[in-house]
Amino acid sequence: MTDTTDNLHVMNRAALTIRLVGKLENREAVIGGIGNSNWDLWGAGKERGENFYMLGSMGLAAPIAFGVAIAQPKRRVFALEGDGSLLMQLGCLSTIAAQKPANLTIVIWDNGIYQITGGQGTPAAAARTDMVAIARASGIASAAWAADEAEFDALVTKALTTDGPHVIGVKIDNEPGRNQTDRDPIRFRETFSRAMAQAV
Amino acid sequence: MTDQAAPAPAWHDILRQALKDNDVRLVAYVPDNVLRPLIEGIHADPYFTAFTCAREEEAVGIVTGANMAGMRGVVMMQTSGFATLPNVLASLPVAFQVPVVMVVSERGTMGEFNPGQAIVCRTMRPILDSMGIEHHTMTRLDEAAFMADRTIRQAFATRWPACLIISPLLSGGRK
Repeated sequence: MTDTTDNLHVMNRAALTIRLVGKLENREAVIGGIGNSNWDLWGAGKERGENFYMLGSMGLAAPIAFGVAIAQPKRRVFALEGDGSLLMQLGCLSTIAAQKPANLTIVIWDNGIYQITGGQGTPAAAARTDMVAIARASGIASAAWAADEAEFDALVTKALTTDGPHVIGVKIDNEPGRNQTDRDPIRFRETFSRAMAQAV
Repeated sequence: MTDQAAPAPAWHDILRQALKDNDVRLVAYVPDNVLRPLIEGIHADPYFTAFTCAREEEAVGIVTGANMAGMRGVVMMQTSGFATLPNVLASLPVAFQVPVVMVVSERGTMGEFNPGQAIVCRTMRPILDSMGIEHHTMTRLDEAAFMADRTIRQAFATRWPACLIISPLLSGGRK
C-alpha cells in the first residue's frame, strides 16, 4: 500500500463510494460525514438501512462510527469523512487508536478544499499536511493512501477481512456531490437503528 | 450483633448505581477533578466500558452512535467542556432525537476563583434551556438517587437528551 502522497491518482468520490458500497455483503454500517460525503453515499445506496447520514455536527462521522463499532463488535463499520471535516476533530484519531476498535474503518476523502462553502482551500492543503501520516502518528498503524482504484479495492478488502482500526486515504477531484439527501433526521435514525437491530 | 452500619453511599456511588439500573454501559468522558471518584468507580466496575476522549464533541458523537446501535451511554465533562457543545447537541442528538445523557460537574459558582470559569458557567443552563434539554442540578444527597434515576429513565423513555449537573453543594466542589 502507499505511504506517501507523491504518486497518488486523483479519483472520484461518487464512483468510489459506489465501489465501496458494492463490496458490502454483511450489513456493514456506513456513516456519511456532512455534505458531499453524505450525498454521494445517498447516491450509492439510499435503500441501505445501514447507512447513516449526518446533518451537521461537522467532524463527527468517525466518532459516530466508533460508537456503533463499540456497541456492535461483530459488525464492520465505515466512516466516510472529508479532509476538512476530519481536520476539525483530529483528536478523535488518538481516541480511536487508544481503544483499538478492530471493526472500524475511516475513509478520508481528501480534495484539499471546503467544497460545500465554495471551494476554499483548507489550511492542511496549503501546508501540505498528510492526513494519513497524522492517522499513523496518532497510533493507527493500518493507515494508507490508496494510489488508484485497484489499491482502494484492496484496502477495502483488507478492512473487511482483517482487524483494524483502518484508515484509507483517497485523493479525490473537485466534483460536487451528485445527489442530495433528504433532510429527515428522525427517519434516518429510525431506519438506521432498525437496521442495526438486525444481526450481522 | 455489631453496631457497624455500612457507610452511607456517596453521591458518586449513587450516580454509578443509577447508570447501572438504567442499563447505561458506555461512559465517554473528558477528565475532571470533581468527577474523579465517579470515573474511578466506573473504571473499577466491569459493568462499564469507559474511556477518555480528546474532546467533548467526540464523546457526544460516540455515545450517539452507540445508542443508535443499541448500547446506552453517558457523556461526562466539566462546565467549560459543556460550553463547547451547542452545535453538535443541536444538530445531532436533539435533531435526531437520540437520548444522550450528560453529567456535568459544575464549576464557576460558589467560590470560583477563575473569572473565565465563572462566565462560562452562566452559559450552561441557557444553552440547555434553548434546546429544550431537561436538566436537574444535584445539590442534596437525600435527593440524589431519585433525581439521577428518574432523569436518566425519562431521557430514554422520551428519546431526548438530558443533563445532570453536579453542584458543589453535593460534590464539595474543587478543592
